[in-house]
Amino acid sequence: MELKEKLLSSFMAFEEQVDVHSELHDVRTSAIKNFEDKGFPTKKEESWKYTSLNAILKNDFTVFPKNESTIEFKDVKKYFIHEIDTYKVVFVDGVFSSHLSSTTHEGLDVCLMSSALNKPKYKMIIDNYFNKIASKDESLTSLNTAFANEGAYINIPHKKVVHKPIEIMYFSTGNEAALLVQPRNLIIVGENSHVQIIERHQSLNENPVLTNSVTEIYAQKRAIVDYYKIQNDDQAANLIDNTYVSQKQESHVYVHTFSFGGNLTRNNLNFFHFGERLTSTLNGITIIGEKQHVDHYTLVNHAAPNCESFQDYKGIFSDNSTGVFNGKVYVEKEAQKTNAFQKSNNILLSDKATINAKPQLEIFADDVKCSHGCTVGQLDETAMFYMQSRGIPKKEAKALLMYAFSNAVIEGIKIPELKQRITKIIANKLGVKLGFDL
Amino acid sequence: MLSIKNLHASIGDKEILKGINLEVKAGEIHAIMGPNGAGKSTLSAIIAGNENYEVTEGEIFLDNEDISELAPEERAHKGVFLSFQYPVEIPGVSVTNFMRTAINETRKANKLEEMPANEMLKVIREKSELLEIDRKFLSRSLNEGFSGGEKKRNEIFQMAMLEPKLAILDETDSGLDIDALRIVANGVNKLKSDKNAIIVITHYQRLLDYIVPDFVHVLYNGRIVKSGDASLAHELEDKGYDWIKQEQEA
Repeated sequence: MELKEKLLSSFMAFEEQVDVHSELHDVRTSAIKNFEDKGFPTKKEESWKYTSLNAILKNDFTVFPKNESTIEFKDVKKYFIHEIDTYKVVFVDGVFSSHLSSTTHEGLDVCLMSSALNKPKYKMIIDNYFNKIASKDESLTSLNTAFANEGAYINIPHKKVVHKPIEIMYFSTGNEAALLVQPRNLIIVGENSHVQIIERHQSLNENPVLTNSVTEIYAQKRAIVDYYKIQNDDQAANLIDNTYVSQKQESHVYVHTFSFGGNLTRNNLNFFHFGERLTSTLNGITIIGEKQHVDHYTLVNHAAPNCESFQDYKGIFSDNSTGVFNGKVYVEKEAQKTNAFQKSNNILLSDKATINAKPQLEIFADDVKCSHGCTVGQLDETAMFYMQSRGIPKKEAKALLMYAFSNAVIEGIKIPELKQRITKIIANKLGVKLGFDL
Repeated sequence: MLSIKNLHASIGDKEILKGINLEVKAGEIHAIMGPNGAGKSTLSAIIAGNENYEVTEGEIFLDNEDISELAPEERAHKGVFLSFQYPVEIPGVSVTNFMRTAINETRKANKLEEMPANEMLKVIREKSELLEIDRKFLSRSLNEGFSGGEKKRNEIFQMAMLEPKLAILDETDSGLDIDALRIVANGVNKLKSDKNAIIVITHYQRLLDYIVPDFVHVLYNGRIVKSGDASLAHELEDKGYDWIKQEQEA
């Protein structure tokens, strides 16, 4: 059976388990209808021109895992920022793992999407926020919405600085031959509040996984949200990340995306502005090799005056790897005094590596500052010679240069332990051991 | 120490060095002067091993070992140092960390243990005082946002740290004001010993008032056309390079 048919029939089975008289049911039904109409995206669509899901969709994915899998903390400790105290919302094969998690309801909610969706006390919040900013048109988002049942639910009240970072972790055990997981996260950050969130998807063996995740983030007035996505997964892991950010006035949302692994990664990152003087920051570092593929598809929709957006994506591609950067900035007529800046710098380390970079600016206001710059190059030979002439061998010199190349984005990491972790992953990726910690 | 024999080199189809012969002994300072485009920077880059140039003929010996085929880092490990005319900026890598990597890689290549951290700090302190470098400066990213003078001073600081046998200073005086020039020259003079040698590449005589050469060579059109003692530099300062050009074309 084709995956699409399998999903449509699974939806009928899924409906039997949930309350079909709720408003949520209507949302799910129209979502599955949209997916049924559109199906999986193909390269014929402009926005999927450089990324093909064909090979992945041939896997016979399990939609609902049969066995409950448990893992021990000591086996997965290294994937957490374990040096510091954090809130943790952890899922194993899509199922919440209470013994790996550290949730809370004291002063803020860090808990489960399934609770929020099913418990009456959250009904008003779900009515106001669930699937409100996520696309109702995009077929993969609809597919997620149709099955939306589990994920992280984070709600931070007004005037709250959350001192511990929140880690959202999705493990897949490989107990199923091939697994499809569809996490659904909802994050609401109240006025003047501040939170740091780290999201990671990690498979623990080489059985294929397809993750189709949707995250909705709502930043209220003057909220600061610092969101980190760590994508350093196994070779057989595929991730489609659909993130939708809604911002109110004077808020600042940062999304940092670190793409170092996995077979195929597609990041659909969308920002929508609902207020003045707010800032959106989208940063990314992509370092991949072999046949890996990473596609960054970003949209910043400037809809109000005096807002800023900054995009800075660095990519290093070796072997046969392919990268895509498609960055769209849309400035509506009302969005005067917009300052939108977009940058995509790429280094190709092999003749067979490819990057497709496509900036798109659509500007309907007349008093704005918008710029974009894409570069594709090789390593700077003069800089290589400079370092070699000081006795640093080629491999180490190359690593230092690549580190220097990504530095502007690394410097943006505000959790020191995470920064250390990321630089360590980079050093590992580059295969060097330097006389100091990168 | 350094012996260059009939060196020819080109970049692409263009021949830049057309038969250079040069003997530099330990304890000596040589100055190489000449008009723009004579091949001065090419010569220094080739001695240091820049692979952009192709050596078409001739050899370079360091202590009787042919180094013409060695990679730049291998030459560095044997004691060749090139101070760049335009030092490269490396964001995110501090001066200290860069030096630590350079020194330990060199020690590793020479089968020595890594330098212990406390000793490293001691040497860094010593050498930075020599070049009148503020300690804060050492934690900044290498060359990033440095002024022209700071970059050059940092080059000589690296030379002091690496203690090369043969140091080539490529236009180290360019972009230096008179105070920085004095500090840099003073540093170089203190590093000078009877065991090492220095080649100063310069367009002007100015630097040679501070770093007094034993020999001065004039490079013109890819060849050394004149050699003499320090007084040759003064003669060039008075007469300019047109005199050499006319003499060559006559």
